[in-house]
Amino acid sequence: MEHETFYTDLLCVGAGLAGERVAIAAASAGFDAILLSLVPARRSHSCAAEGGMQAALGNCAMGEGDSPDVHFADTVKGSDWGCDQECARIFADTAPIAVREAANWGMPWNRVVAGKAKYWKGGEEFEAEEKKDKHGLITARAFGGTAKWRTCYTADGTGHTLLYTLDNKVTQLGVHVHDRVEAVSLIHDGDNCIGCVARDLKTGKLRVYLAKATLIATGGYGRLYSETTNTVINDGGGHIIALDTGLVPFGNPEAVQFHPTGVVPTNILVTEGCRGDGGTLLDVDEKRFMDIYEPAKAELASRDVVSRWMMYHIAQGKGVPSPYGDHLWLDIRHLGAKHITTKLREVYDLCRHFLGVNPINQLIPVRPAQHYSMGGVRTNSDGAAYGLKGLFSCGESACWDMHGFNRLGGNSLAETIVAGRHVGLKVVEFLQGADVTLKSSLAEQSVAAMAERVDRLVNRADGAENVYAIKDAMQLVMMEKVGIFRNGGDLQAAVDSLREIYAKAKKIGLRSSGIGANPELALALKMPGMVRLAICVAYGALMRTESRGCHARDDYQARNDRDWLNRTLAYWRDLDADLPDLQYEPSTKVMYMPPGDRGYGKTEIIPMDAPKED
Amino acid sequence: MSRQLKFNIFRFNPEDPSSEPHTDTFMLEETPSLTLFIALNKIREEQDPSLMFDFACRMAICGSCGMVINGRPGLACKTLTAELPEEITLMPLPVFKLVGDLSVDTGTWFRATNTKIESWIHTDQEFDPEAVEERMENDLANAIFELERCIECGCCVASCGTANMRDDFVGAFALNRISRFIMDPRDKRTDPEYFDVVGTDQGIFGCMGLLACEDVCPREIPLQDQLGILRRKMAFQGLKNIFKPKEKGRHRRF
Repeated sequence: MEHETFYTDLLCVGAGLAGERVAIAAASAGFDAILLSLVPARRSHSCAAEGGMQAALGNCAMGEGDSPDVHFADTVKGSDWGCDQECARIFADTAPIAVREAANWGMPWNRVVAGKAKYWKGGEEFEAEEKKDKHGLITARAFGGTAKWRTCYTADGTGHTLLYTLDNKVTQLGVHVHDRVEAVSLIHDGDNCIGCVARDLKTGKLRVYLAKATLIATGGYGRLYSETTNTVINDGGGHIIALDTGLVPFGNPEAVQFHPTGVVPTNILVTEGCRGDGGTLLDVDEKRFMDIYEPAKAELASRDVVSRWMMYHIAQGKGVPSPYGDHLWLDIRHLGAKHITTKLREVYDLCRHFLGVNPINQLIPVRPAQHYSMGGVRTNSDGAAYGLKGLFSCGESACWDMHGFNRLGGNSLAETIVAGRHVGLKVVEFLQGADVTLKSSLAEQSVAAMAERVDRLVNRADGAENVYAIKDAMQLVMMEKVGIFRNGGDLQAAVDSLREIYAKAKKIGLRSSGIGANPELALALKMPGMVRLAICVAYGALMRTESRGCHARDDYQARNDRDWLNRTLAYWRDLDADLPDLQYEPSTKVMYMPPGDRGYGKTEIIPMDAPKED
Repeated sequence: MSRQLKFNIFRFNPEDPSSEPHTDTFMLEETPSLTLFIALNKIREEQDPSLMFDFACRMAICGSCGMVINGRPGLACKTLTAELPEEITLMPLPVFKLVGDLSVDTGTWFRATNTKIESWIHTDQEFDPEAVEERMENDLANAIFELERCIECGCCVASCGTANMRDDFVGAFALNRISRFIMDPRDKRTDPEYFDVVGTDQGIFGCMGLLACEDVCPREIPLQDQLGILRRKMAFQGLKNIFKPKEKGRHRRF
């Protein structure tokens, strides 16, 4: 059939920070690169990262004595020992380099100002002396779950500014950016991935991209949930095309993070920097409670722990009633007008515009909302996907797996350019040695199959199910039954409901014509895949009979290192099936830091060497 | 009683030979805290699934959803219907190529313009992974961020008299961007080199000083000040160029 074909060395599906960083590595080594993006690259979800990225520079007073070793330890504890320690190690070691490299490219990181400075912690003011010899170096703020102040930032627009910095570099290097183009299937021969079929979202036409290496960097799958901080494009598109090969596993799908401070009712995120800078959480009596549950870390325990205590506190009747359900308060009033209008400027703006709340003298209504996908396309430490040669993944879309079962604040923005830098070099090595035949016959088959799917949807050949009703049903099941607190009964009910929803998703028919940049068709093409991802999340959670990090089971409250110090690998080998095959692999091949106590969050632990029960 | 809102929405699908530009009307009951993001999605999901519009972050940080709202360019996601009359007319942003209905192609326009003004740090300095970063005053970092806050939503371009008349005008966004680089000591371009980029009718001298750009900027970037400073700087450089032959800059591309 008639279609445009593009050839390149590296095809990046996704043009947020991770995709752009890998493309920069390839282009810098002389390779051709094309970036595909659902939206203009600078509108990618990376731009919404507010608070900053962790890197152990140790420049500010409260970061003194920091090192990659401490950062590594914090990351492993944060992951509740679910991470791949080799990747966490690479990450902690590379982060300072990546921060400085971004500075070299124009990133306006905030800097140390020598002299006495006033800071807030847990509602209390204190003073610290910033050293003269550090004046002008990159500074950092506090984030949850960290032993040192380590989160480098530009006000609370760090992701936005970093994305523009990298996109400037992409422009300078002449990397081709094809925006408003959606990858809809991978082209492969069972061994090698050689590109993708894509749909031009400006015209609706199908295209073929043939590439020696293909990278998936499409962000998370938050839009499986109804209440998420994620942008509307974080629909798991990259995970769907990888899982649909039947060869590439979805790693730890059940590892889904809820952020403590989504604002009620819109679920827009207010940064962890609010609490890092000394903001507190208050209940209906306008009293703090995190200091009672978590005496050591209080509001700055890890996100999974804070989110759980918030829901627990609401369940104790301490929530603030509202037409949108009970919530709690975030209080940053004591930080003062200057701090709020400079270092937390985005928060200041969005509270006023979306809530009609002025955070200088009013409280911000907050409640945990889905926020981050630790699970993703499973790769090795080079970023190479399991199952197909020539396929890579990086950033939130990947399960490279430095986050395990809970990601620390400031570690995701960092992962994009840190893993991006590392994986970029590995992709270059791959391209240098690549002997890939780009078989156009395979592409013809793939594009013809996609064209047939489009025709069937437009002609309602399989049925007339309403795609929006299916999306709403799926999101509701995920929110109600696969949320912060989980149990076997709910999870089984979720799996059952999702299987029924999946059967309907296979019978979607369009109500509109499907001509041109038709939004209904775009959603209809990915809806069955989204339900498959949702089933992987729910089924993975059902089978994991322990609690670890963000995966909190009421019926299995202990972290079970004896039986579950492993990673779920979900394969979807047969599109007619309605459940994935689950396999497991050890969480980490190298164990620099054996499982122990996190120092926050009360969890019973079944040790690795505990005797088996009968 | 909640209000019944009447939406008049511009419709046209350039890919559909049977489509003609026209206005469709949709009725929607107003709910508390209703934004145009929620309203348009409701209309698409419940009334017309072919309706084209763009949103991504829905928190006024990505710049996707610029459109003309009752005659004024703005971000739809942060527009509460409570701030508007019962009749709401939505049109796509002018200047940019229409994708369909309320959706326009800002990506191609901004990438081309960013390429034209060489929107990146020009330096010969190689990155040394072993070295400590160069120092910078925190106030300067904040000042750069103030201008870097632009989200390229296109509202300033759509509201600009010159940009609506001439398709080669780079717009307030680009002039603000150049101001950001002039301020940044890491960019080694000299004034004559910046003059080559924006000291023209396509650049700062194309601005007629109407300043709708500042009025509509959803990020409240001080565009008026930046355009004034840049105009002065470039006019001075223009005078210098008359009396002195142009130096060959290290980074000149044009």
